[in-house]
Amino acid sequence: MTNSIAIRIADFLADFPPFSLLHRAELDKIASEIKVMYFEQGQTIFSKNEKVHEYFYIVQKGAVDLQKADNGQEPETIDKCDEGDVFGLRPLFAKENYQINAITDEESVIYAIPLNVFKPYTISNSQVGNFLIESFASNTRNPYSNEHRGKLIADEDDISLKKEAHFELQPIPIVKKMVTVSPETSIQKAATLISKRKVGSVIVVEDKKPVGIVTDVDFRELVATGRFTIQDSIAEIMNSPVICYSKNLTISQAQLTMMKHNINHLCITKDGTPNTKVKGIVSEHDIIVSQGNNPAVLMKAINRASSTKKLKRIRNKIMILLNGYLKSNIPLSHVSNIIFELNDATIKRTIKRCIDKMDSPPPAKFAWMSLGSQGRKEQLLHTDQDNALVFEDVPEEKLAETRAYFLKLATKVTKRLNIIGYEFCPAEMMARNPKYCLSLSEWKEQFSEWVTTSGNDEILLCQIFFDFDISYGEVKLTNSVSDHIFEILKGNSNFLNRLAAQALRNPSPLGFFRQFLVEQDGEKKDLFDIKKRGIMPLTDAARLLILEHRVKNISNTSERFEKLAQLEPNNKEIYKACAYSSRVMIKFRTKQGLKNKDNGRFINLEDLSKEDKIKLKRCFKTIKEIQELIKVRFQTTYYL
Amino acid sequence: MIWNIFNKKPIDENLPEFWQNYARSFEEKLPEDISKIRFVVFDTETTGFDFDEDRILSIGAVRIENNSIEIGDNFEVFLEQSRFNPETVKIHGIIQNEKFEKVPELEGLKNFLNYVQNSVLVAHHAGFDFKMINRALNRHGLPKLKNKVLDTAVLYKSTRIATNLINRDKIYSLDEIAEAYNIELTDRHTASGDAYITAIIFMKLLGRINKKNKLGMKDLYKIKN
Repeated sequence: MTNSIAIRIADFLADFPPFSLLHRAELDKIASEIKVMYFEQGQTIFSKNEKVHEYFYIVQKGAVDLQKADNGQEPETIDKCDEGDVFGLRPLFAKENYQINAITDEESVIYAIPLNVFKPYTISNSQVGNFLIESFASNTRNPYSNEHRGKLIADEDDISLKKEAHFELQPIPIVKKMVTVSPETSIQKAATLISKRKVGSVIVVEDKKPVGIVTDVDFRELVATGRFTIQDSIAEIMNSPVICYSKNLTISQAQLTMMKHNINHLCITKDGTPNTKVKGIVSEHDIIVSQGNNPAVLMKAINRASSTKKLKRIRNKIMILLNGYLKSNIPLSHVSNIIFELNDATIKRTIKRCIDKMDSPPPAKFAWMSLGSQGRKEQLLHTDQDNALVFEDVPEEKLAETRAYFLKLATKVTKRLNIIGYEFCPAEMMARNPKYCLSLSEWKEQFSEWVTTSGNDEILLCQIFFDFDISYGEVKLTNSVSDHIFEILKGNSNFLNRLAAQALRNPSPLGFFRQFLVEQDGEKKDLFDIKKRGIMPLTDAARLLILEHRVKNISNTSERFEKLAQLEPNNKEIYKACAYSSRVMIKFRTKQGLKNKDNGRFINLEDLSKEDKIKLKRCFKTIKEIQELIKVRFQTTYYL
Repeated sequence: MIWNIFNKKPIDENLPEFWQNYARSFEEKLPEDISKIRFVVFDTETTGFDFDEDRILSIGAVRIENNSIEIGDNFEVFLEQSRFNPETVKIHGIIQNEKFEKVPELEGLKNFLNYVQNSVLVAHHAGFDFKMINRALNRHGLPKLKNKVLDTAVLYKSTRIATNLINRDKIYSLDEIAEAYNIELTDRHTASGDAYITAIIFMKLLGRINKKNKLGMKDLYKIKN
């Protein structure tokens, strides 16, 4: 009897070594003996010291982390297997227990190949045997592509996974090419030297020991402003004393120090004090560039990526970058800007590629809008994709045809974004939904309708769609939509009051006894929902208040509060606190998400340290205060 | 007389041996732990949608135990036909005198029952396939299937969020779910191929529904439209 499933499995195997080295008949036979296994994210396939299985494995869908786990230490990922990679080869060669952990990094389908079926081929076909031995011995999955391994782009100075895992512990890049001058040197002369040598700073030395440092910033702030003249001595404007370290400083230490002192250069001396000879200089810029995962390299890789699979790999690297940033305590506003840019580039690239794949160029100008957290630049982890599309008005008779084109395009884009790691929006709020793929005037009508009807569903839609950000296409279109929104909100206090009532629906999450309010039932019972109870109340408040002030083009919650602090100096303190709290909670969620490999939304309170709890409680107090302010300012009682 | 202690109904000794074996397998109580349950995910290709007129062309099935499928252990049978509906040929591609090895309907049913025993059956829009098989059993004077049954269409719906913004009554096709879960659609409309796709979907659904591994079989049965 034919086994049509086995044939499909054989088709898959035929594309990857060592199976590609076998004959079709052999593959069919192997495929018919395979076990197809499904794993959720974060499940263990095998772990160190476990007795070896009677199978080895190949990833069909998903990704598997191979981890080295030394006693008592946090497991370290030494390799990542994705589609077509084989792993768990030990039992083919040795009888002893597994030496590493294999854990699914995402939801995965794995084929388990029985050893007794496969082993004869390792003996009869020497190529197969050699491939597996090499793979196993070098811990490299695919020695055939050794030179491309772990590289996004063939010519970039990309770093292997092993090094990436040690992001913050890498040795710092010390620049020996530096400019030193004596304290009496004139500012003009020092500046000339810097510019000639193309560096960003000059070290002022006395007897080869550093006494001060002057950077580009100082020239701008102190000289160009006219406070000092170029004839003055460099000693007048130098920063002193110089922060010095010895050369075995780690990257995370260097970054922390720079952050702490708000500087971007460190001086390296022989013994780490200012009392010995200068050996070199470390700049923030050099640190960032030295990282294989630096944003600039990733950005270049994104813009060159020629397949969705490549974009997905880059996304994984972005996550490593994010993890590194958070571990090094880099301020969140910084981090979220970088991650936003990379996310944004990924979306742009995906749309660009999909347009190229269409049979014809777009029939009209259009803009792709990201909604919700990506629109607010708060999407650090993979969360759902919420998006919409607006196209310019076309003649009536062309409308259906034009929409059909963009729906087709949107279907392609959303599908690829899903593969990259942005889950489909469970509420179908995506550009591929005919309800959210509209012409400019249709959008205007839609917003008018939402604002005037303003039932609970409409309010919800407004909350999502008001935070849009253009990801691709014609800015004029999205601006026109924004203008329209402000136009229809003019004098519509009724709508703002309703929005205010909505912003109050999740009260501050502290109970009467200052304990955390946790979920009462369902599968999340006893977990704390930081999105619903912490982040959303602030997001809603910021949106409401910024709409009231009719401020356009700021969609980030923390930036909105910063803006509000400027606009209402008498409430400056509370707005500043809100901006801060918003950042703290997003960071919290991101850290939780990275730790648990999920969206970080639900927090187990037992995992929190006392310090973290206090920090969160402080944020909740802020929520309470801003909600009081809203209650006083808007007439919400009617709607509550 | 052999008494089934759970159903308190005697197994009719006049029925064929294979049916009695099948019925007897239900004397064993199913475990409550999902990971210990044997699921049989199946699909039927039929000549049409009329329970009286139309006939089963083929049945394909795979077995899932503890989130794994043994490919060597799948089930596929093509049935001999007297009825032929040219309309559905373009869907399933099974024409009357093709070279598939075919067996008489009764033999196909017998093989199927031997394969499923007391497993929990799973299918997409399970009601249809279940009824088709029951009608076929009925034609041969046999009682209805005794298995518990789960419907992936219903399970999928239960994972959709509760909001007025999507159509909660929408009925999801296998294609739509496969698309949402990023599963390639090869072998659509062969019974085995569809059974395999349904099985992958079913495992993904279990993963989503049973996030904390706390659910038992009882909870799964409770998920209704």
